[in-house]
Amino acid sequence: MRLKLEARAEPSRAMKYLSPLIAAILTFVAGFILFSALGRNPWTAFHAFFIKPVDDLNGVAELLLKASPLILCAVGLAVGFRASVWNIGAEGQLTVGAIAAGWLALAFPQTDSVLLLPAMVVAGALGGMAWAAIPAFLRTRFNANEILTSLMLVYVAVLLLSYVVHGPLKDPQGFNFPQSKEFQDAALFPLLIPGTRLNASVFIAAAVVAVGWWVMTRSFGGYTMRVAGLADAAARYAGFSGKRTVWMGLLAGGATAGLAGVGEVAGPIGQLLPSVSPGYGFAAIIVAFVGRLHPGGIAIAGLLMSLLYLGGESAQMTLSLPSAITGLFQGMLLFFLLGADVFINYRVKLAHAPRAAIEGAPA
Amino acid sequence: MEQVTTPGASPSLLELRGITKIYPSVVANEDIDLRVEPGEIHAVLGENGAGKSTLMKIIYGVVKPDRGEMFWRGAPITVANPAHARSIGIGMVFQHFSLFETLTVVENVALALPGRPDLGDLARRIEKVSNVYGLPVDPRRLVHSLSVGERQRVEIIRCLLQNPKLLIMDEPTSVLTPQAVRKLFETLRTLSTEGCSILYISHKLDEIQELCHSATVLRAGKVTGHCDPRQETPKSMARMMIGKDLPHCTHPPAESGGEPRLVIAGLSHASGDPFGVDLRDVHLTVHSGEIVGIAGVSGNGQQELLTAISGEERLAEKFPVQICGTEAGRMTPGRRRKLGMCFVPEERLGRGAVPEMSLAENSLLTAHRTGMVKAGMIRFGAMRDFAVRCIDQFNVKCGGPDAEAKSLSGGNLQKFIVGREMLQHPKVLVVAQPTWGVDVGAAAFIRQSLIDLRNAGTAVLVISEELDELFEICDRIAVIAKGRLSPAKRVAETNVEEIGQWMSGLWEADDFASPAAPQSAEEAHHAAQA
Repeated sequence: MRLKLEARAEPSRAMKYLSPLIAAILTFVAGFILFSALGRNPWTAFHAFFIKPVDDLNGVAELLLKASPLILCAVGLAVGFRASVWNIGAEGQLTVGAIAAGWLALAFPQTDSVLLLPAMVVAGALGGMAWAAIPAFLRTRFNANEILTSLMLVYVAVLLLSYVVHGPLKDPQGFNFPQSKEFQDAALFPLLIPGTRLNASVFIAAAVVAVGWWVMTRSFGGYTMRVAGLADAAARYAGFSGKRTVWMGLLAGGATAGLAGVGEVAGPIGQLLPSVSPGYGFAAIIVAFVGRLHPGGIAIAGLLMSLLYLGGESAQMTLSLPSAITGLFQGMLLFFLLGADVFINYRVKLAHAPRAAIEGAPA
Repeated sequence: MEQVTTPGASPSLLELRGITKIYPSVVANEDIDLRVEPGEIHAVLGENGAGKSTLMKIIYGVVKPDRGEMFWRGAPITVANPAHARSIGIGMVFQHFSLFETLTVVENVALALPGRPDLGDLARRIEKVSNVYGLPVDPRRLVHSLSVGERQRVEIIRCLLQNPKLLIMDEPTSVLTPQAVRKLFETLRTLSTEGCSILYISHKLDEIQELCHSATVLRAGKVTGHCDPRQETPKSMARMMIGKDLPHCTHPPAESGGEPRLVIAGLSHASGDPFGVDLRDVHLTVHSGEIVGIAGVSGNGQQELLTAISGEERLAEKFPVQICGTEAGRMTPGRRRKLGMCFVPEERLGRGAVPEMSLAENSLLTAHRTGMVKAGMIRFGAMRDFAVRCIDQFNVKCGGPDAEAKSLSGGNLQKFIVGREMLQHPKVLVVAQPTWGVDVGAAAFIRQSLIDLRNAGTAVLVISEELDELFEICDRIAVIAKGRLSPAKRVAETNVEEIGQWMSGLWEADDFASPAAPQSAEEAHHAAQA
């Protein structure tokens, strides 16, 4: 007797939704073993990792604050992923969005116009789209793989940010530190809860979730993108333009990543620094898939991923574990998800030896 | 795996008992018994989807049965894999050839043989076999330059070099001209008289009657009868195969004088695929109220012509494709549809329909112009109504408009796709292989629907490899060969013989002294090309 994977006649609907849950449970189990192996009491560790970060108002505010860039990036990426447009460079698009918005804020240091912040939001989205347009152009013009080009452009974007904070946008009174001036109040999102860092940018994330849901499930444009992702030949047969799909997929991801960049620099950071994101653009890829490429699922997955970030920080402080613990948990979550996803299309069967099957078969 | 030969006794060459193969969604074979005697040409007859190919793959060791026993010359045997099958003397010629296009004939043959044979020596053996069995082919030629019929010869020679006791042929005639079929039958009869058994898979009743000594009939994975085809009529075998008589469409001749709806005016187009076929100066006019058929052996430019008409392959110039009086050569498929053209492609899953989407969502794919989209929003009600209408009117057996396209059988999905295109009331309908892989009942229904659409004034273009089908439904027939299209002839003024001749590229018959043996004609054409 041995275990055998057998293709299901049709994909299991139940497993499609159970799979993220199974992945979460397995991540916890593996975490349990991991903490035990590190000589920490797993229950204390879990408390420090998952409960303590959100046991007060400030914690919940931080959870939402960190979830919103993840959700923003993930919804935009999901538009592309559904069409098999693999934008891996949301981190770079986020960075360029942050630079564009920051540049605008720093160009008008004296203004207190209420139009400045909306202009920065638009500039951020356009910046992200401009960065995403490069892989879109290379793909449609030269058939260059967007996975590679979008990923490599992340490093270019980070160096670009490094250049502007070391050069043109460096704070003259900043003792030569690589950072810009702090933004004026008109260039910052208003705080929502006094005493926390939660600001109005979460509404942008909420709006993007709603618009994303509408585009993906209700609009004809979203339908054509889904067809392109599921069956390329059918899209061509129906006359849906393949180039348009690539452009839409990448620009959607670039726009939302740019918005996430604005939310960071015009929110908790309040200035341009050499680094504006702890890898939100990459973590959003995991969020998009854990959320089943559905805006609702992405919102939940974004909150979970945000908790992993907070838990990782908390674990560093209270358990003196290294910061790599965050990446470890993120990696385990995606790993277990991909593993569990196999059972959407396959089921496990106990197989007998073939010879026995022939002899023991009923007539 | 031991091989036991029992000298003296004369058991059957091959015997299957109770072979059963179950796939997750379908029982492909159930309790199949089959017996092949030495030197016998044994037909396995059945519709598409009856389980013929699965059974052959079990014999050849490609697929493992779930239950049942197999005996080879009286001894039980389990065929581990195709190499094992070849080593005991079973050869198989697949429906879709497994040759490397960039290699020569002799190199392809060498790949299938054990060890590292000397190519010069092998070439001489190939020539010898091809002479003995009347399978002329030059061992030094590259495979991509061979015609489909020649490629099949290479496959057969490759099997014969291993001195098989049993040769399995899977639908061998579907890629051949009628004349080449006759040539193949001669070869198979020679083999049979030398003692080699042949398992001949087909759904063509007349061929089986002409060639085979005995037949096993399959229906829906089960054996429904054994017979001697020479004692039966096509009618009686059809009853065994499909459970009823073969349905037949009849229709009055087309009224002449319809307006030209689809005009192909001097279409030349180089294929993007290095092994594709270049279209050369194709002319064709399809009028309203007529069905024009394009016959031809597959791989002679049908795909290229279809994508050029549908717009999936955009042309360099506007004039070669004219739809309802508009030059559409540079238009996208969407804009050509707007001019009133609908299109049923050859591949159903993945091109004509999105496998993972419901039938309702699949109606949106091409019928979205019939009021299913408003201000960029999908009107889900209209979409469902359309799907329900299509399912009702075209008799699609499925779980309703929410059933996934891939859950339907080939015939039912084809009915849905044909229905979806017809319900858009096209001015021009282009259909590729309308009944390919479709059961007989559904095929008759689809043919009748095409005729009804013609009677309603639509211009219909049908591209098919089934000559019988074209003669049944078409008003005029043209032939495509090597990227060139013959003039279209009225069905009443031509016959299978002539169209078959044309299929090897010879419609300027005056260029050649006599329309002699088709084989030499095909070779002559190669010579003319070289």
